[in-house]
Amino acid sequence: MSDKKKQVTRRQFLNYTLTGVGGFMAAGLLMSPLRMAIDPVLQPSGDGDYANVGLAVDDITKDPQPVEWEIEQVDAWYKSDVTQKAFVFKDDKDEIVALSPKCTHLGCMVSWEGSESHPDQFYCPCHDGRFTKDGTNIEGTPPTEPLHEYEHKVEDGMLFLGKAYPRGEA
Amino acid sequence: MLQKMYDWIDERIDITPIWRDIADHEVPEHVNPAHHFSAFVYCFGGLTFFVVVIQILSGMFLTMYYVPDIENAWKSVYYLQTQVAHGQIVRGMHHWGASVVIVMLLLHTLRVFFQGAYKKPRELNWMVGVLLFFVMLGLGFTGYLLPWDNKAYFATEVGLNIAGQVPLIGDWLITLLGGHPEIIGAQTLTRFFAIHVFFLPGALFALLAVHFILIRRQGISGPL
Repeated sequence: MSDKKKQVTRRQFLNYTLTGVGGFMAAGLLMSPLRMAIDPVLQPSGDGDYANVGLAVDDITKDPQPVEWEIEQVDAWYKSDVTQKAFVFKDDKDEIVALSPKCTHLGCMVSWEGSESHPDQFYCPCHDGRFTKDGTNIEGTPPTEPLHEYEHKVEDGMLFLGKAYPRGEA
Repeated sequence: MLQKMYDWIDERIDITPIWRDIADHEVPEHVNPAHHFSAFVYCFGGLTFFVVVIQILSGMFLTMYYVPDIENAWKSVYYLQTQVAHGQIVRGMHHWGASVVIVMLLLHTLRVFFQGAYKKPRELNWMVGVLLFFVMLGLGFTGYLLPWDNKAYFATEVGLNIAGQVPLIGDWLITLLGGHPEIIGAQTLTRFFAIHVFFLPGALFALLAVHFILIRRQGISGPL
């Protein structure tokens, strides 16, 4: 013990060794369970397939009309048919717009002219959120972004809708 | 950093004496494999506990995917086995651990028995140990049904029929365990799940606490 270098005592050495070995064992033990637990987070988000929503393009009006269609949803071991909903209309440039009815505030379902006091608007009953016809959220109501828009395509005169995406514009 | 956090807590609530009482105690020479290699037999109890910890941890994680319902139980296990990363490993840990824990338990019991470590004043701890053994067998029996495959189903059929052989209360016991006098089905599965995941682990923790407290109070039995 004559040299000035810091000595590792026997107790310290044993402490480090035991902590190391214990930590190694605990890590080995927990690695698989943790990987299993976070598996859903690591799943790639699947691109939705386009589905025929049963609406002819010719029948799309200037007024938003609700359309419903069913998709097969695979939820881990549970497969089910779930109903999707959209509001479809042609805008001023005659472009087809399909809006998701999911309120961008907290996810309730909006409806077109759902409130008598607010005609020509989408209305959410949960917290009085409102959107204009093109889906823009109205200042002073809870939603912070416009209604999401479904990607769409037309095949044989029928409307096909895919996944709903948020729109960048305010 | 860790030392500072420890000191911060210790300064306020003085945990060092508690910690000392739990973990800091001498290991007698005759139970230390470094002195006598044959002393490894004293490890079986601790190994049993170690495997129990593995069972608890892996079991907790398994319930993230498992569902105790006759329509979905098998499907959820199949999904876990085939689709979830490391799901097979975690279920494997629980599956094999269930057998290993019984083996360790038996080795531990044999050591205590052949060393006569159960003798006065440690009879009480032997009894608690026997109760722990029954709880473990119960955990094994109830857990076996949960995958809801053919093997599980008929093992439970047999197990419940064995319970039915108990004089006088046999039929009543079948209904109590299986939830129905004849059907092994929806109610049986939920019951076994509840027993496996809540009731028996609760009993296990309580008995383990008593088991360990008694060891600390009475100390390890002396050399042969």
